[in-house]
Amino acid sequence: MIAGVALAGVLCTFPAPAAGQAQAYRVPRTADGKPDLNGIWQANNTADWDLQGQAAAKGPVAMLGAVFAIPPGLGVVEGDEIPYLPAAAAKKKENQANWVKLDPEVKCYLPGIPRATYLPYPFQIVQSQKNILMTYEYAGAVRVINMEAPTKAPADSWMGWSNGHWEGETLVVDVTSLGEDTWFDHAGNYHSDALHVVERYTARSADTLAYEATIEDPKVFSRPWKISMPLYRRVEKNVRLLEYKCPEFAEELLYGPLRKKPSN
Amino acid sequence: MTCRAVASTTALAAAVIFLLTAQTPAAGQAASPAAKATGTAKVWTPPRAPDGSPDLEGVWGNATLTPMERPKGLGAKEFYTEQEFAEMAKRVRQGVVGEEADLGAAAEQTLRYDLSLYGFDLTKATFASNKRTSLIVGPEGVVPPMLPEARKRNAERAAKSKGHEFDSYENRPLSERCILMAQERIPMLPGANDNNLLQIVQGPGYVSLFHEIDHSTRVIPTDGRPHIPRNIRQWQGDSVGYWEGNTLVVDTTNFTALTAFRGSGEKLHLVERFSRSDDNTLLYRFTVEDPETWDKPWTAEVPMTKTEGPVYEWACHEGNSMIETILRGARVADEEAAKKAAK
Repeated sequence: MIAGVALAGVLCTFPAPAAGQAQAYRVPRTADGKPDLNGIWQANNTADWDLQGQAAAKGPVAMLGAVFAIPPGLGVVEGDEIPYLPAAAAKKKENQANWVKLDPEVKCYLPGIPRATYLPYPFQIVQSQKNILMTYEYAGAVRVINMEAPTKAPADSWMGWSNGHWEGETLVVDVTSLGEDTWFDHAGNYHSDALHVVERYTARSADTLAYEATIEDPKVFSRPWKISMPLYRRVEKNVRLLEYKCPEFAEELLYGPLRKKPSN
Repeated sequence: MTCRAVASTTALAAAVIFLLTAQTPAAGQAASPAAKATGTAKVWTPPRAPDGSPDLEGVWGNATLTPMERPKGLGAKEFYTEQEFAEMAKRVRQGVVGEEADLGAAAEQTLRYDLSLYGFDLTKATFASNKRTSLIVGPEGVVPPMLPEARKRNAERAAKSKGHEFDSYENRPLSERCILMAQERIPMLPGANDNNLLQIVQGPGYVSLFHEIDHSTRVIPTDGRPHIPRNIRQWQGDSVGYWEGNTLVVDTTNFTALTAFRGSGEKLHLVERFSRSDDNTLLYRFTVEDPETWDKPWTAEVPMTKTEGPVYEWACHEGNSMIETILRGARVADEEAAKKAAK
């Protein structure tokens, strides 16, 4: 009888996440019965360099040589193509040519969504019943995903406005009211203030999540497109998000030229 | 359908288990030294998070008129009587503010801002609900005198910058540089008039404390783990915590020498206690010590009030035109001075 009950439970929960997922893994539950995504996670790819992937190349700072060259990587865009509208494609090229000057990450600006997820820094998920807080080591960026009845953003912001819900095993986050000042990567991939992102987080094993983001922006793209990648749990016993308050690392770049000139 | 029944039975079993485990911390509640020391201990059973820990989740505001240090005329008087408290609140509503109330920056801004927009007009402002005469507790009610060596250290630092305040971004205050805004700092002191919200989101094994101002967030592990290695210094230090009955205790060390909370040095040690005293109040109590700055630890208590969100994004650095404007202005002034001198 007990075995029968257990089996029924298992059979019942498998089909839901199977759609779109290679393998159906049933993640342990939180005390209130939701998939438990708590933890410190990190992407391990080069999406922050270029969503579409790139061959290795010389870095922008000669002095740093091989320490800060551009690493090679395969892309994370499904179907490889980002469907820019013609005018937007030209702007993307211009961005790419001037990325060191224009990329908001160079200036330590808040990264927006989805870029926060695949920056080369860990982020932490803290999950309660009403809210899921995601905080990112980079710039101490943070957002609170509202898991109750969806609410409307009071204003546009760098990190956007997140409403979430569960679809079986998957946390679905609808992100709106993102400003136009963030980028997707160093390669100048960008968006407008009409950006709408739908993220899906699904545990694929005890220590990995499948992450997908559908990106929609009718001012810049001809159709919605999708990125996907695994996120890995940082399993070190002592792992913590540390402080990366980067304004001070960008100050010389931003304000150095305004330093008082030595008087003679 | 059978599946659903099975699932809810499992959920029920889980709920029962957690209810049972929740009894353990509740038993320790009466003995909590924090509750005893505050003098406000009442029979109050805080709601529980699903994992059984006391539920501190919510958006909390710390705006208060109560001054950090006790007005001189009050001597060792720590609490107002009911009657005194009621009269004082009435006086303030009529716009009569004496040294018993601290308006902070708001006091100087009455001409420039409509304070009602910032939630700090006097008709809404309140004194700390614990009726304390100052946020700092104890018979003295003031920050202890600074040790001579600390005064010397701080004076030397100030002297170094004197006359160079506008030379470079490095000479500007941490708040202007969006590195540490005043109300972002820990311990959390009440803000003058706005951005005094703290959102708590609590997951198993962690409590996250998200300050509206400068989106400063600490994720506190509550498993009693040790601090990060001493050589790793952070502006906001390293915070670890544990539950003591119904109180979340957060211990912070590893501050930088430049964090300088009220002139502190890098031996600053902060212990914060968060506990709920009723549906709408989160009692925040902190003790700071630094053997190289004060001759004894000192403690303050700030009742925080439950408030409605939303918490807005506070992107400081992204919109920081202040540093650029200040330095640009200073360089123009340099040029003009040089021209004058050349004449």
